[in-house]
Amino acid sequence: MNSIIITAILVLSLLGVALAVVLYLVAQRFKVIEDPRIDLVEAVLPGANCGGCGYPGCRGFAEAFVKTDDIGSMFCPVGGNDTMAKAAEVIGQTAEAKDPMIAVVRCSGSPEYRKRVVEYDGASSCKLATALYSGDTGCQYGCLGLGDCVAVCKFDAIHIDPVTLLPVVDEEKCTACGACVKACPKFIIELRKKGPKGKRIYVSCINKDKGGPARKACQVACIGCGKCVKVCPHEAITLENNLAYIDYNKCKLCRKCVEECPTGAILEINFPPRKPKVEGQTESVENN
Amino acid sequence: MLKTFAKGGVHPPENKFSANKPIEVLPLPAKVSIPVSQHIGAPATILVAKGDKVKVGQLIAQSAGFVSANIHSSVSGTVESIDPVLDSSGYKRPAITIVVEGDEWEPTIDRSPELKRNIDADAQTIIKKIAEAGIVGLGGATFPSHVKLSVPAGKKADVLIINGVECEPYLTSDHRLMLEKGHELMVGIQLLMRALGVDKAMIGIENNKPDAIKYLTEIAKEYSGITVHALKVKYPQGGEKQLIKALINREVPSGGLPIDIGAVVHNVGTAYAVYEAVQKNKPLFERVVTVTGKNLPKPSNFLVRIGTPVSDLIAAAGGLPDDTAKVVNGGPMMGKAVTDITVPVTKGTSGIIVFPAAESKRKAESVCIRCAKCVSACPMGLEPYLLIRMSQRMMFEKMEHERVLDCMECGSCSFECPANLPLLDYIRLGKTEVNKIIRARKN
Repeated sequence: MNSIIITAILVLSLLGVALAVVLYLVAQRFKVIEDPRIDLVEAVLPGANCGGCGYPGCRGFAEAFVKTDDIGSMFCPVGGNDTMAKAAEVIGQTAEAKDPMIAVVRCSGSPEYRKRVVEYDGASSCKLATALYSGDTGCQYGCLGLGDCVAVCKFDAIHIDPVTLLPVVDEEKCTACGACVKACPKFIIELRKKGPKGKRIYVSCINKDKGGPARKACQVACIGCGKCVKVCPHEAITLENNLAYIDYNKCKLCRKCVEECPTGAILEINFPPRKPKVEGQTESVENN
Repeated sequence: MLKTFAKGGVHPPENKFSANKPIEVLPLPAKVSIPVSQHIGAPATILVAKGDKVKVGQLIAQSAGFVSANIHSSVSGTVESIDPVLDSSGYKRPAITIVVEGDEWEPTIDRSPELKRNIDADAQTIIKKIAEAGIVGLGGATFPSHVKLSVPAGKKADVLIINGVECEPYLTSDHRLMLEKGHELMVGIQLLMRALGVDKAMIGIENNKPDAIKYLTEIAKEYSGITVHALKVKYPQGGEKQLIKALINREVPSGGLPIDIGAVVHNVGTAYAVYEAVQKNKPLFERVVTVTGKNLPKPSNFLVRIGTPVSDLIAAAGGLPDDTAKVVNGGPMMGKAVTDITVPVTKGTSGIIVFPAAESKRKAESVCIRCAKCVSACPMGLEPYLLIRMSQRMMFEKMEHERVLDCMECGSCSFECPANLPLLDYIRLGKTEVNKIIRARKN
C-alpha cells in the first residue's frame, strides 16, 4: 500500500519538475520583451477602459503613451490632470495641465417649449428613430429623448429627466470621455470647458433653420438673430447657418449674451443668482 | 401548380379594397411641392428660380449624374419658393414649390388619347428619351430606369421581366393600370424589349388578380414575344430577385444584380411611363396612387400630379376617419408612416394607407425564444434573429459576414415574429453601418 503511494508521489513530482524545466526553457526561448513602463503607466490610469482617450482601453493608452514623442497630444479625460502628471512622471516627462471638460447637452426643448406632433412607437433607440424620421416634434435638430447617450455612459453620469424628457449630465460623475458625444445621432452633445467653479455659458440649441420655422418648432430655439454676436465684447460668438456658437476658449463669462438672447437659448450654469436689475428700474422710471 | 419563389415568404391579409375602383383623375391641387430627390442617387440640380413661370412637363431640375433623374413640373404656374419641405423621408429636403395657375402643357407633349403602336425609335433613342423623361422604377424603389436599361459591357440580357405582382396588401394601382391601360402597357414593354435587345418578355401577375391575368393574356397575343404568367400569391413576390426565381428559376448571386443572370425587371407602372415618354413625349409628372384604408369612406385609385399634398388625396377619398392614428406612404409591409399629411406625393408613392388606432400600435415586445420563424420567413435565406442581436451589440463586421446587405427590407421577419421584436429596424441600422464600413474601406 505504502509503496504505491510513494511511487505515485515520486512519479508526479518528477513529472512536475521535468515539465517545469520545459516550461522555463520555452518561456526563455519565446520571451516577449515589453517596455516595463507600460505596466507602470497602466497602473496609474483609472482602469475604466472607456476608450475616451481614443485608444482601445487603458492598456492601449499606456502602450501608445510610452512610445509617443508628443505626450501633449494624449489625454486621459477620466483621470484628468492628476493622472496625466503621474503618468508623465513614470516616463520622466511633465504633462501640461489641461482645462477639465464636461459633456453639454445643447437642447432645451422640453415638451413645455417644443410641442410633440408625432407619436413614435418603434424601438427605443435614437439611432433607429433618426433613420426613420426627423423627430417627434417640429424641430428636426432637437433631442429625441430615447437615451442612446444614457446607454453608452460607463459612469452613470447622464440620465433622461422624466419631466423635460432631455438628458441631464451629472457634473460630479461626468468624466468627459466623449462616449455620449459619439453616440448621439443628432450631434447634440458637445464636450466643453467645465469652467472655473463649473461656471459656463453655452448656446443650448443646434437648430439651423431660419428664425421663423425655428421659433415655431420650439420656443427656446436659437433663431439666429445675431444679438449675442453684437453684444459680446470678446468676439467669442459666431453665427453660422442661423445658429450662434460660443467659443469656450474666448468666452470670459460676462453673461451679456444671456441677457440679450430673446428666446433664452443661451444658458448660464453654476452662476450665483443675479442681483435685482438696477437698469430695469431706471428704465421703468424713465418710461413713467 | 402555380409558380412561386422557393425560399421564405409570408401571407399577410390582402385587404385590396380599391381593386374594382377605376382610376380617377384627381383635380389639380392649389399648390405642389416637388422634391428634387425623389429617386435613388444624386439629387437633381434645380434649374428654376423663385418667381419663374413654368408649364406642365417643363424640366425644372436636371439629373446630376448617371444615377440620378430629371424632374419636371407637374403643373403650370409660378415658382413660389425653393426651400426645404417636409417629405415622406421624415426630413425637410430641398423642394420646388409651385402655385398652380391654369393647366398649360408643354406643346411638345402629345395629349391625344389614341394608342400609338408603331415603334420608330431605336434602342439608343429609347434609352435617351427615358432618361430625359426622368423615369424611375415606379414600384417604389425609384431606381432610375435608364441605368437599368444601360447593360454594362460584357453582360447580356436575354429576358425582360415585367412586374405586375403587386404583392403588397392594400395596393391596387398596378392592378388598375393593367386593366385600364393594357395596350399602352404592351407597347411600353415592346419599347423596353427593343432598348434591351431582347425578344422575350414575361409579365408576372399574382393569382389574386384573375381579371388582369385574363385580359393581358388575351391582348398579349397581338404583340410578339410577350407572355403572361399567373403566380401563386405570396409576399414578397414583387421583390425582383423573388420574381426572377419564380418566373425563370434563376438565382441572383449574393451582392449581384439581375443582369448578372441575364434578366432585367421593370414594374408595369414603369412600362406605362416608358410608353408615354417615348410615344407621347410626355415626361413623368403624374402617377397612379391607391388611397385606401379600412375605415376610409371611399378607397380609390387616383391619377395624381407629382407634388400634390397627400392630404388632398385623402380628402378626395372621403376625408380622414376620426380614429386614424397612422398614415403610411407605400404598402403596409414596406411603406413608411408619414409625420405630417401635407407631405407631397413623389414618383415612388404607390399608395397612401390610412390605419385606425387599433391597427397602428406595435404590440408589446417579449423575448426571442429562437423559434426560427423569422428564418423560415426570410426570402433571402438570412437569419434575422441573429442579425438583430449583432446589430444591438454593434457587431457590424460580423453582420457583413452574415450577408446583411442581401436583406431587401421586406419586413417578413418582423411580420412573423411571435415576440414582436423590431427585427427589421435593427437590421436596417446594421445595413447602414455596414455600408459605412464598406465605404470607409474603399477610401
